[in-house]
Amino acid sequence: MSAFSVFDIAGSGMNAQSLRLNLVASNISNANSVASSADTVYKSRQPVFAAELQGALNQQNAASKVNVLGIVENQAPPVMEYNPNHPMADATGYIYKSNVNTVEEMANMMSASRSYQNNVEVLNTAKQLMLQTLKMGQ
Amino acid sequence: MAINFDKALGIHPQALALREKRSTLIAANLANADTPNYKARDMDFKSLLKQSMPGAPGIERTQAGHFAPQPELDARVMFRNPTQVSLDGNTVEEHSEQARYAENAVQYQASLRFINGSFSDLMTALRGQ
Repeated sequence: MSAFSVFDIAGSGMNAQSLRLNLVASNISNANSVASSADTVYKSRQPVFAAELQGALNQQNAASKVNVLGIVENQAPPVMEYNPNHPMADATGYIYKSNVNTVEEMANMMSASRSYQNNVEVLNTAKQLMLQTLKMGQ
Repeated sequence: MAINFDKALGIHPQALALREKRSTLIAANLANADTPNYKARDMDFKSLLKQSMPGAPGIERTQAGHFAPQPELDARVMFRNPTQVSLDGNTVEEHSEQARYAENAVQYQASLRFINGSFSDLMTALRGQ
């Protein structure tokens, strides 16, 4: 029903942003993880958002929800550090640190939480308007 | 004289329906604030309201084979011109969308209040007190 699509849309936005927050948490908590090869080291993960095409194609309801297409791993090379005494060091004495950029992740976190708040506000306002409409004529 | 809801309520029922649609559009803009290549959309409220009013001039069907004009005036949804362009192709400006959403909500409430006022007028007339 169209009157409640605001809730669907804001809900999809909150879904997407909370996934983004989860990934930020995962990235930040793994920022200092170490591995002994470039393949096994933790790589920064980012969500890919897309507007749901259905809404854009259907002119009757041009408003579109947020779709999470997937999660991509950052392909930037891991940070290599020469540390032969480290228990995880490989044959050449290097350890591999994750390519997470904590500063970027903090900025990401703030952006995600603001967007989430925005969606919550939209939802609250829509809810209030609906409740007032239900009381119409009383 | 019979009570006529259309006359008593004026344009406000149509305005409410349009406001509700607009709130959906702006909610979608805000939800997609971080979606790459998403283009913000809005509607031209004034012209839409004009068209959805009873007795508004519409497209005339002069032949039986003509399609009936669509009651839903969906084609009036337009893209917004951003004041600052972002690199990822997204044209949502959260602050202005927020302002528009708030504006829309207040105007929805205004229409609602007018309708409520009309209803209480009708009730007064019915009671005859």
